Amino acid sequence: MTDLNKLTIAAARDALKKGDVTSVELTEACLTQIEGADALGAFVHKTPEIAMEQAKAADARKDGGDLNGIPLGIKDLFCTKGVASQAASGILDGFKPEYESTVTTQLFNDGAVMLGKLNMDEFAMGSSNETSVYGNAVNPWKAGGAELTPGGSSGGSASAVAADLCLGATGTDTGGSIRQPAAFTGITGIKPTYGRVSRWGIVAFASSLDQAGPMTKDVRDAAIMLKSMCGHDPKDSTSADLPVPDFEAALTGDIRGKTIGIPSEYRMDGMPAEIEKLWEDGTAMLRDAGAKIVDISLPHTKYALPAYYVIAPAEASSNLARYDGVRFGHRAKLDAGDGITEMYEKTRAEGFGNEVKRRVMIGTYVLSAGFYDAYYNRARKVRALIKRDFDDVFAQGVDAILTPATPSAAFELGKKFDDPVQMYLNDVFTVTVNLAGLPGIAVPTGVDAAGLPLGLQLIGRPWEEGDLLNTAYALEQAAQFVAKPGRWW
Amino acid sequence: MLDLTYETPTPKTIAGATGDWELVIGLEVHAQVATAAKLFSGASTQFGAEPNSNVAFVDSGMPGMLPVINEGCVAQAVKTGLGLKAEIHLRSAFDRKNYFYPDLPQGYQISQLYHPIVGEGEVLVEMGNGQARTVRIERIHLEQDAGKSIHDMDPAMSFVDLNRTGVALMEIVSRPDIRGPEEAAAYVGKLRQIMRYLGTCDGNMQNGNLRADVNVSVCRPGDYEKYQASQDFAHLGTRCEIKNMNSMRFIQAAIDHEARRQIAILEDGGEIVQETRLYDPDKNETRSMRSKEEAHDYRYFPDPDLLPLEIEQAWVDDIEASLPELPDAKKARFITDFGLSDYDASVLTADVTNAAYFEAVAEGNDGKLAANWVINELFGRLKKDDRDIADSPISATRLGQIVGLIKSDKISGKIAKDVFEIAYTQDRDPEEIVKTEGMEQVTDTGAIEAAVDEIIAANPAQVEKAQANPKLAGWFVGQVMKATGGKANPAAVNKLVSAKLGL
Repeated sequence: MTDLNKLTIAAARDALKKGDVTSVELTEACLTQIEGADALGAFVHKTPEIAMEQAKAADARKDGGDLNGIPLGIKDLFCTKGVASQAASGILDGFKPEYESTVTTQLFNDGAVMLGKLNMDEFAMGSSNETSVYGNAVNPWKAGGAELTPGGSSGGSASAVAADLCLGATGTDTGGSIRQPAAFTGITGIKPTYGRVSRWGIVAFASSLDQAGPMTKDVRDAAIMLKSMCGHDPKDSTSADLPVPDFEAALTGDIRGKTIGIPSEYRMDGMPAEIEKLWEDGTAMLRDAGAKIVDISLPHTKYALPAYYVIAPAEASSNLARYDGVRFGHRAKLDAGDGITEMYEKTRAEGFGNEVKRRVMIGTYVLSAGFYDAYYNRARKVRALIKRDFDDVFAQGVDAILTPATPSAAFELGKKFDDPVQMYLNDVFTVTVNLAGLPGIAVPTGVDAAGLPLGLQLIGRPWEEGDLLNTAYALEQAAQFVAKPGRWW
Repeated sequence: MLDLTYETPTPKTIAGATGDWELVIGLEVHAQVATAAKLFSGASTQFGAEPNSNVAFVDSGMPGMLPVINEGCVAQAVKTGLGLKAEIHLRSAFDRKNYFYPDLPQGYQISQLYHPIVGEGEVLVEMGNGQARTVRIERIHLEQDAGKSIHDMDPAMSFVDLNRTGVALMEIVSRPDIRGPEEAAAYVGKLRQIMRYLGTCDGNMQNGNLRADVNVSVCRPGDYEKYQASQDFAHLGTRCEIKNMNSMRFIQAAIDHEARRQIAILEDGGEIVQETRLYDPDKNETRSMRSKEEAHDYRYFPDPDLLPLEIEQAWVDDIEASLPELPDAKKARFITDFGLSDYDASVLTADVTNAAYFEAVAEGNDGKLAANWVINELFGRLKKDDRDIADSPISATRLGQIVGLIKSDKISGKIAKDVFEIAYTQDRDPEEIVKTEGMEQVTDTGAIEAAVDEIIAANPAQVEKAQANPKLAGWFVGQVMKATGGKANPAAVNKLVSAKLGL
């Protein structure tokens, strides 16, 4: 077989089971690709020794599951035992945890192979993978000469999967960090229901919003990988004690009789015509597949982005307090006479990048005495209203909601970097899902005039990832998105 | 249960140059929950372990680590709440209190600001002489302890021990119902007593598992009553908080000093600045830690890593059903069942181990006599040896035997002391001692009579004197006791001597 790195997880699984290929061969193919892809900035810590060891063990295993021997990339936000885990931040310089996150533990228990750690925005704060201490991750897709963002924060994961450096990757999504980069790179990414996947061992950004999920080449792969990542974890108090269904078995492609809601509030002023058309085409595809299309209203949508940019920084300001130079990671060199305050100030000034500092300051401000009610408490109320909007439409019989995944195709690196508000607008279609704790999936369904991929988002009922994946599968089948980036790196 | 009634004690007044002042005191007591593991991690809470040996990844604030509530700590808090007759909140929640300090690895303490697990309760604080103060409890919440910073090991560096980090504390917050230094100490003592009965806190102040922040203000006589009527704090003075007191003696001294400091300022025409102060026992003074202006902004917010804590009424009921008898009830029962004085009952119920020992001694015995023996003989002897009742060389059963031997006239009270000493020092059985050592009391009137006759016959001059002055009959009693080796029943001897002398 050739181009083993280009296989989907499902195809590789079937080939492995038939004995047509070994995990060592798959892994070597990916490692070779990774070696030649430094220009993408996707892999920031390569672990070929671990990968080969895991691949050999997988080949020796007789009764491996769906992920046995499948080479994956792991976002740098996941703590991986003995392997650098820095959340793309200078403040965690040299940090190698003595523990393995629950998600990676489960993936490895199922036989998955780790190729290395993937680039991301620092502490998952960003929508373009430009805030990483490792430098930018780059989109394998190009339109003209300029390098494009793969999106963020899971930019390295998206770039690696889209460029076939690995068969799948883990991502995390706090406001759209799986779905936006998936849409920017023409791959599939699902953020499951909050509580579906354990957060234990994943560096926290905003605890009430963070959720890990798979980033894959298609919906079937997302279903396979998600199953391994899910499940109740007693070490995470917010993890739901619910059985994990066989998501792949749910992929019948049959959505006849399903009700799909189209929310009017997502039709933003100044939305590019291409996005509007993409959305209409997607709606038509689902209608043609037998779904009932209804117009719905999610009236508090416009307050979602401001609420998100209060709640997420508030939690982050507290979650990031532990990076103080006392126990691990970076500690600033101190001058004679410097005390603990100078140590904190210098360490954090040197260790954190500007976007992280901005959010820590915003978060500190909105939680401070005198502003708490006006910002944080009000944002929490807005959050409750947004959740109620969704509850209402689901109660009316809506099974899933179709929206664009992003307001545009991938943009040029550096173009929005100095304008945080423009950058934050990238999340406009995705943050509501995190605020409401719902599952959401981005599926590539078309390309823009420049040939760049565009994605649609489906939002599902809580805990109904199987159903959501099936709807996404039907959309995928109808869209037949097969474009691939031309290799330039 | 016997309903003991008490009078309300008068508040402590301090005479100033411009008239009398009264004290108003409220306490925040931090009680370490008696459990094997920390509030949100499985690490041990053992005291005195090697530095940084009882530390889980979550305790040291490692990236991606998450807290998981220890059910045992919740049960202990509920138990404590029930012991303080307090309202148990079936739904409570944890908040983060954010501040930077090296012994606080997460950069925040997990506490319960907005929704504590226990609400209002009350404690009866006895002050002796039939006086007691009812102190209202505002709330009890669960929170994490911080670690320990060590600044005096190296001239240039500080060290941190995280063993205590994350250990569960109950913060018990009182209303400003305490009116003097002695009452404050007695209040802490009462909380300690109740929690030791419940087994929810070891109450060892030296090990730091019971500490108090003390809020002190002063007001003029009459102002407090206005506050009571309206619950309006405006009637009270500005308070200062004295942090982290870990001895009853220091609590009293600090309150007294702080009240006098405030009075001096006020009488000088000054104003009290609301602030946090530290007590220095070496200098017996309080010093400002930080004023309200420079106080931390803790940026409390609900901890998103923890879901609200929901417990079921049935679970609370189970805990309530398993509560042991508490000090007030036990004391009342000792008074009713054993006929003890208020004082003796207080002494015996002060500590649950003492109370249990006493009850074992008193079982099937005369309660009052048992109380005397436990309080006077046993406690005295233990104190002499600096021993704890838990390692008393004489068991309650054996002391009970001694009390039984006295009550049944087998031995006199005097002989009993000898028996006690032998049993205590030689680990022997009292009944066996009496038998082996021939210490049994002579109650046979014939034998005593013979001894009386003999002494009367031998001392005619003494007989004459005694007949003239009956007070001197005691000499004959003494002689008879001496002749019988102290074993004669003193009452029988008295009676016979009087009869024979014709008194």
